[in-house]
Amino acid sequence: MAPVLHPEALAGDWSQLSRGRAGMIGFIMAEGSLLGIFVVAYLFYIGKSLNGPYPQDVLEVPIFNTICLLASSVTVELAVRALRQGERRRVGTWLTLTALLGVVFLAGTAQEWYRLMVHHGLTIGTNLFGTTFYSLVGFHALHVTVGVVMLTFLAVFAWSGALQSPHAERAELVSWYWHFVDGVWIVVLAVVYVIGR
Amino acid sequence: MNGISGTLDHPEEGAPGQLPVLARLHEWVVTVDHKRLGIMYIVVGLVFLLVAGLEAALMRWQLAFPESTVLSPQVFNRLFTMHGTTMVFFVGVPIVFGFGNYLVPLMIGTRDLAFPRLNAFGFWLLFFSGLLLYFSYLAGDGLYGVGSAPDVGWFAYAPLTSRAFSPGNSTDYWNLAILISGFGTIATSVNLVATILTMRCPGMALGRMPLYVWMMLVVSGMTLIILPPLSAAQIMLLFDRFLGAHFFDTQAGGSAVLWQHFFWFFGHPEVYVLMVPGFGFASEIIPVFSRKVIFGYALVAASAVAIGVIGMGTWAHHMFVVGMGSTPTALFAASTMLVAVPTGVKIFNWLGTIYGGRLRFETPMLFCLAFLFQFLCAGLTGVMLAVAPFDWQLSDSYFVVAHFHFVLIGGLVFTIFAAIYYWFPKATGRMLSETLGRWHFWLFVIGFNLTFIPLHFAGVLGMPRRIYTYPADRGWEVWNLVATLGVPIQGVALLLFLLNVILALRGGKAAGNDPWDAWTLEWLTTSPPPDYNFETLPEVRSRRPLWDLKHPNDPDWLHE
Repeated sequence: MAPVLHPEALAGDWSQLSRGRAGMIGFIMAEGSLLGIFVVAYLFYIGKSLNGPYPQDVLEVPIFNTICLLASSVTVELAVRALRQGERRRVGTWLTLTALLGVVFLAGTAQEWYRLMVHHGLTIGTNLFGTTFYSLVGFHALHVTVGVVMLTFLAVFAWSGALQSPHAERAELVSWYWHFVDGVWIVVLAVVYVIGR
Repeated sequence: MNGISGTLDHPEEGAPGQLPVLARLHEWVVTVDHKRLGIMYIVVGLVFLLVAGLEAALMRWQLAFPESTVLSPQVFNRLFTMHGTTMVFFVGVPIVFGFGNYLVPLMIGTRDLAFPRLNAFGFWLLFFSGLLLYFSYLAGDGLYGVGSAPDVGWFAYAPLTSRAFSPGNSTDYWNLAILISGFGTIATSVNLVATILTMRCPGMALGRMPLYVWMMLVVSGMTLIILPPLSAAQIMLLFDRFLGAHFFDTQAGGSAVLWQHFFWFFGHPEVYVLMVPGFGFASEIIPVFSRKVIFGYALVAASAVAIGVIGMGTWAHHMFVVGMGSTPTALFAASTMLVAVPTGVKIFNWLGTIYGGRLRFETPMLFCLAFLFQFLCAGLTGVMLAVAPFDWQLSDSYFVVAHFHFVLIGGLVFTIFAAIYYWFPKATGRMLSETLGRWHFWLFVIGFNLTFIPLHFAGVLGMPRRIYTYPADRGWEVWNLVATLGVPIQGVALLLFLLNVILALRGGKAAGNDPWDAWTLEWLTTSPPPDYNFETLPEVRSRRPLWDLKHPNDPDWLHE
C-alpha cells in the first residue's frame, strides 16, 4: 500500500518540468556567468593597452561569420521541428547543415587569428588587447567547437536512424546550448567588434 | 502503519573469491547512489576538517607566545594558505553538498538526484582535487627542488600570484585544485537545482518543501552564478602564468584590483553558500525539538532568497581599504548592512519557534541553541565591519579573523554537528550517545569561545592577520595565549565526537525509523533507507506529512 498521506489522490495532475530541461537551464546559467566574467574583463581593459596593435587598427567586423552562426540557429530549430514530426531525412539534412555552418564559423575565426598573429604580430602576450581578445573570442570558439561535436553526433545518429522522434527533447537540449552559444556571439560581437573598436 | 517496512532483496557481495573488504570498497567506488555519495562527501569533509584543524593548531602553537620559533615564516605562510583553502573548499563545500546529496531526495520523496552519474562525477572531481592540493607538499616546486605547498593566502591576491613573486608550481597546484573542485561543485549544483525543481513527490508544491530543501535550492542557484566567475578568474591566472597573458600584470597595464573584484564576487557569496545550509539545519531541527511548527515558514524561505540576492551585491566590502572612492564604498557598506536584515529575520523566526515550545534539550538542539547565540555575535561584528571607517581601522586584523571564525565555526560548524547528531540515526540506523554528545557539545562551546573571543581583542589592539610572530610589548600576549589554550579543548571535543561515532557504529542503540518523532519524509523510510529510498513514492498535502500520518484527526493541511 502506498503511503498516501492525505485522502485525495492527486498523482494524476502532478506534473513538473522535465529534469533534462532544468539541468540544461542550470548549466547555461553557469556558462553564462563564466563567459560574463570574460566579457567584463574585456570591457574593463578596453583602451588600456600600453602598446599596439590596437583593435581599431587590426580588427574587421566578421559579418559573414555572424550570418553563418545566426543562420545555424534557424537550421537547428528546423531540425528539432522535423524530428518532432518524425521526418528523418530532413532532420539529418538540417543537422548536417547546422554543423557545417558551425565549421565555417570556426574556419573564419581561424583565418582571423592567423591574420592577427602572422601579419599583425598580435599574440595573447602582446598587450592587454591580445590577452582579453584571444581569451574571450577563444572561449566562445571553444564552445562552438563543443557544439559542433554534439551536432555532428546528432547528425550521424539521424542518418543512421538511431535518432527518433522520442529523442526530440534531447535534440532540443542541444539546440538550447547552440542558441546560447549564438547569443553569446551577439554579445561578443557587440563588445569586441563594435564597442571595443 | 504503511508499506515501507519491507526491503527488497538486492544482489550481495562482489565476484566470488573477492575479499569482502575489496568488494565493499568496490561498491563504494562505483556507486551512483545519492546516499552513499552524500556520506562520502561528509566523510571526506570531516577528514579534511581534521587536517585543516591540525594546521590551525600548529599556527596557534606558534602564536601562543611572542617571538616564538616553532614554525618558520615560510611554513607559517603555507599553513594559513592551506588551512583557509582546505576549510572553505574541502571541508565546508563537501559537507554542505554532502548533506544536500543525502537529504534532498529523501526530503522531497524521490529515489535519487536528477543525474546520478553526474553526481558521482562531481564527487570524484572534488575528492581528487583535494588530493591534488595536498600533493603540492611533495611536488609544489616542480623541478626546482624539494616540494612546498601554496603560500599565497586563500584569496591569492595578484600580483603575488605572478611568476615573478611565486616561482615554482605551488601556486599552480592551488589554482588547478580549486578550479577542478569548482567544476565538481557546479555539476552538483546543477544536479540539486534540477532535482528540487523536477522530482518532488506528488503534492509537494514549492511552498510545502522542507525549509532545508529551500535553503539548498537557494545555495545551489547561487553557486551556479558565483562559482563560474572564480573559475574564469582562475583560468585568466592560468593564462597569465603559463601563456604570458597580462590580466593581472600591472606592468603591462593589467589590474591587480580586478582579481580582487572577481575573487570576492565569488568569495563573499560563498560565505552564504556555506552558511545558508546551516540555516536549513536549524530550521529543521529547532521545530522538532521545540515540538512546534516553524514560526513564519514563508519568511524563512523568502529571507533566504533575499540573502542570496543581496549577498551577491556585497562583495567589495572586502576591499574598503583598496580605496575605491566614496560612492562604491557607501553602496557596498549599505548593501552589506542590508543583508543583515533578512538574516536578523531568521533569528526571530527561530526564537519565535522556540518561544512557548516544549523544548527537548538533546544534543542536536544544544548545538542549535549555541548556534543562535554565536551566530548573533558573528552577525553583529559583521555589521560593525560593514561600517567602512571602522573597517579601515580593522581590515586584515585579528578582529576580522575572529569575526569570520564566529560565522563559520560558531554558525556553520555548530549546525553541522547538530545535523550529524540529528541525521546520523537515519543514515546508519544507530543512535549517537547522548552522554558523549553532551561532553562534545560543552567542551566544544568552551574551547571555541576561549579561542575566538580573545582574538577580537587582539584585533582591536592592532594585531594584523597572517603574521608568523609578534614582539612582546604590544599587549597581545595574553589574548594569544588564551586563544591557544582553547585549541586542545576543541581537539578533545572532536576526539570525543569521533569516539562517539565509532562506538555508535560498533553497537549503538538501534534508532528505528523515526527516533526524534519528526515530521519530514526522510523519517518515513527505514534507517538506513533502502537503495530506492521509498518502495512507493509518497504523496503529501502539507509541510509536515508525517504529522498528518500520525494525527489523522488533526492534519496540518486543514490549517495551512
